[in-house]
Amino acid sequence: MAASQVNATRMELTRQKKKLVTAEKGHRLLKDKRDELMRQFMDLVRENMELRKKVEKGIQNANRNFVLAKAGMSEEALRTALMTPKQEVYLKSGKKNVMSVDIPVFDWTTRTSDKNDIYSYGYAFTSSDLDGAVYSLSEVFPDMLKLAEVEKSCQLMASEIEKTRRRVNALEHVIIPETREHIRYISNKLDENERSTQVRLMKVKDMVLQDAHHYQE
Amino acid sequence: MFKIAVMGDYDSIYGFSALGLTIFPVKDGETEKAARTLRTLADGEYGIIYMTEKLAASLGKEIDRYKERILPAIILIPGVSGNTGSGVRAVRKSVEQAVGSDILFG
Repeated sequence: MAASQVNATRMELTRQKKKLVTAEKGHRLLKDKRDELMRQFMDLVRENMELRKKVEKGIQNANRNFVLAKAGMSEEALRTALMTPKQEVYLKSGKKNVMSVDIPVFDWTTRTSDKNDIYSYGYAFTSSDLDGAVYSLSEVFPDMLKLAEVEKSCQLMASEIEKTRRRVNALEHVIIPETREHIRYISNKLDENERSTQVRLMKVKDMVLQDAHHYQE
Repeated sequence: MFKIAVMGDYDSIYGFSALGLTIFPVKDGETEKAARTLRTLADGEYGIIYMTEKLAASLGKEIDRYKERILPAIILIPGVSGNTGSGVRAVRKSVEQAVGSDILFG
């Protein structure tokens, strides 16, 4: 099979032996990387699920409040009230390296430090339900940011784990056995060559002896 | 310094503008336009893009493109019409991708 692709030479044998050593070392390292990534991923993904459930519940709650608020005032009044937001969120993004995977770290600041700046309207023409709705949404917001960070990290780590897993499997089930097979093939072939040389030499010796002395064993 | 965007139908997302996020309303059926908006946002100054599950369902391929990039993070949120569960499904999918099968929430 694959053995036909290699030259049965000593040089090739050394090369294949070196390759085997490297492959085994790489396999060990990648396996460790995969295990550690997996461990961290499991913790992170559990957190991700919890956060997601919390955030979804919070947003649904807020949505309900918004529907109520909308019912209590005209569409135009609502649009006008939220048209010009007072507050603005700035996002700072850093990077953290976890087992060679870059994951984002988010930090946020608001334009003004006043918590009440989320109410971007005068209270005269809006229903009080809107205040409650906006407040309930602002409650979920920190969790939403955390969710963004965690979920993105999970996605990035998942694809890195997948890649690493494939590499480990390729090394374990293809590269390493193949190299072992090559080494076996080459050393068999070299042994065979050596035996054949030996036999040829013995034969030649016999012939030379007979020629010179008509000597026979 | 990045900003945060919210995409989806107007009724689901207008509240976020009060918090200081930028909203990009997308009407039903305007998938092309939404895809273009998403591309502009992702290559621009937006670090997180929240998107309603309904809209995300129609933009599957566009979203996958940003999955391996560190920024932007595209996060699904339920819309006003209810939760389709695709956000939770996405989390499960990443477990499946990493482990091979869903061993945590299956």
